[in-house]
Amino acid sequence: MSEPLTPVDRAYVTVLRIEAILLSLPFIIGALVAEVAQVIFAGAFLVPVALLAMLLILMVPLRRYNARGYDLGEDRLRVVRGLLFRKDTAVPFSRVQHIDVEQGPLERAFGIGRLVLYTAGTHNASVSLPGLKHEVAMDMREAIRAHVKRETL
Amino acid sequence: MSTTEEEIAQGWQRVDPRAIAVKAVRGLQQALLPIAAAFFGAREIGHPVVVAIVVISAAIGISALAAWLAWRRLRYRVGESDIRVERGFISRQARSVPYERIQDVSLEQSLIPRLFNLVEVRFETGAGGKDELKLAYVTAEEGARLREVVRDQRAGEVSVASTADGHALPEPQPEGEVLFTMGPKRLLLFGLFEFSLVVFAVLGGAAQQFEFLLPFDIWNFEEWEQRLAGPGAWLAGLGWASRIVGAAIAVVLLGFVGLATGAIRTVLRDWDFRLEKTPKGFRRRRGLLTRTDVVMPVHRVQAITVGTGLLRRLWGWHGLSFISLAQDSKSANHVVAPFAQEHEFAPIIDAAGFALPESGTDWHRPSRKYRIDSALLAGIPMLLVAAAGLFEEKLWWLAPAGLFLAGAEALRQYLLWRFERHAIDPKQILSRRGWLAPRLTVASRIKLHSVEIAQGPLGKHRGYANLNFGLAGGSLSFDGLPLEEAEAMRAAVLDSIAAVDFARLPR
Repeated sequence: MSEPLTPVDRAYVTVLRIEAILLSLPFIIGALVAEVAQVIFAGAFLVPVALLAMLLILMVPLRRYNARGYDLGEDRLRVVRGLLFRKDTAVPFSRVQHIDVEQGPLERAFGIGRLVLYTAGTHNASVSLPGLKHEVAMDMREAIRAHVKRETL
Repeated sequence: MSTTEEEIAQGWQRVDPRAIAVKAVRGLQQALLPIAAAFFGAREIGHPVVVAIVVISAAIGISALAAWLAWRRLRYRVGESDIRVERGFISRQARSVPYERIQDVSLEQSLIPRLFNLVEVRFETGAGGKDELKLAYVTAEEGARLREVVRDQRAGEVSVASTADGHALPEPQPEGEVLFTMGPKRLLLFGLFEFSLVVFAVLGGAAQQFEFLLPFDIWNFEEWEQRLAGPGAWLAGLGWASRIVGAAIAVVLLGFVGLATGAIRTVLRDWDFRLEKTPKGFRRRRGLLTRTDVVMPVHRVQAITVGTGLLRRLWGWHGLSFISLAQDSKSANHVVAPFAQEHEFAPIIDAAGFALPESGTDWHRPSRKYRIDSALLAGIPMLLVAAAGLFEEKLWWLAPAGLFLAGAEALRQYLLWRFERHAIDPKQILSRRGWLAPRLTVASRIKLHSVEIAQGPLGKHRGYANLNFGLAGGSLSFDGLPLEEAEAMRAAVLDSIAAVDFARLPR
């Protein structure tokens, strides 16, 4: 398993960052309110919240992007993900039941999508690979579908 | 009111009208508690007989009406390519299941339907549990007919294989070769090992539910003391010897109740257990009051599990189950030999196309580091507790207790390291877990769906990983393997999976 991994699209970092901004916005507003109300001393809320938000918005998406990768082999797809808990999943095409390409509103705005493979296994019943350029995801879907026989179980 | 002519022309059918009676009785059973509650609520009103007649007839009327409506609104059709069922009064549900999606048809007879010779038909699609298509209730003959229809539709695809074997196409109810049966003696012995104190949990739950009915508060200790104060005063004066005798009697009684519960539950569940091999797969029948009849096609067995218990293991008793896509009332495993010796269950495993590990099997242990880390993770909090005991005089006993627990955990991890192991052979993957009651799981390599290497932060530092296999209907993982070994195993297993297309697996 030493094949080099293909990184996902850079736009994925931007999408992750926007998601992080949306996630931390309520906390920043809360901290600002607490500042205005002068609950303790100045900066007691804003400074730690802002630092944490910076970390979540600037650092984490980049590291998550770096941790993610895939390898489209002859007869299998390998998906690697996770910063702290690293998961490295391999799905042979011959076990794929069906394939989805999904796009949320943010993903659509940046032209990326997620490829989801479904298997009949109970563990890893679906394996998803986000952050692919939409065309790439569609191409991969076609390539994998060509392997999947159209027979029913 | 029966099926209209138009419906008959289209092939629609209703379930047996006697289902109304069965469902009404079922409904009454559920209404028993509310009825009882109503009585206690109405105690103050007076005219208890009038209240009783009104309440009971209302309950009968309502459940009969509900049962009739459910019957009226339920119809099914055995079509050319699918089975359709439409049901529901307020929200109407129409479902169509194509024959090739139906894994199997199982028939279940519980006590009341059995009196009318009715069965519940379940079409297993692999969806599991509540999502399965059910028909309650049709006559036993209709159930058998439905099963045959579905099987014949499916058999169309594999008939080549079955005729090539030289088998004639099977008769409606083929009696197969008997693989495993349990007589009453064996059943009773099995029941003794199924020791269970669940009855006390049930009693405790019931006591909590019906507390309001009791004349006193059973959880109130002082009240108990008072109640015992009069007639129970002699108890306190009896002295130590008789108290010990009393305690011994209580323990023996507890043991007796536990054994009896286990035996009764086992007899009810596994009465006249029969496992046969028929041309269409393994057929299992069991049960005293609720008799079930399940057929599992051989190719649908994804993996096998051989389990045992702390005590029964000493006499070589094991239980064998199959892991398959279809669900067996709540559990994903089908028990095929609940209580058997190795020479009895080995042929069943053979018949399912699996092989038990041999002396030449190349067993591997998880990484030693994984066990050490696990022991530390569980042990350090206990050591901290022990340290707290050293500093607080009143809590001195925490020190030895914490040390003892930490030591026990270390010993457990050591024993697990000794006994837990895994292996892959050319056709299957094997895993043995636990040390007091070891469980062996054997899965077919080509029937796996994915392989995942998962590493937590600790594992990344120390170089070990879990290997998770995607198995239909169950889970199988090798924990704490050295990373290189995990990668090598994954590569080997993936190659054998990829070589066979899922749709071409023998079925």
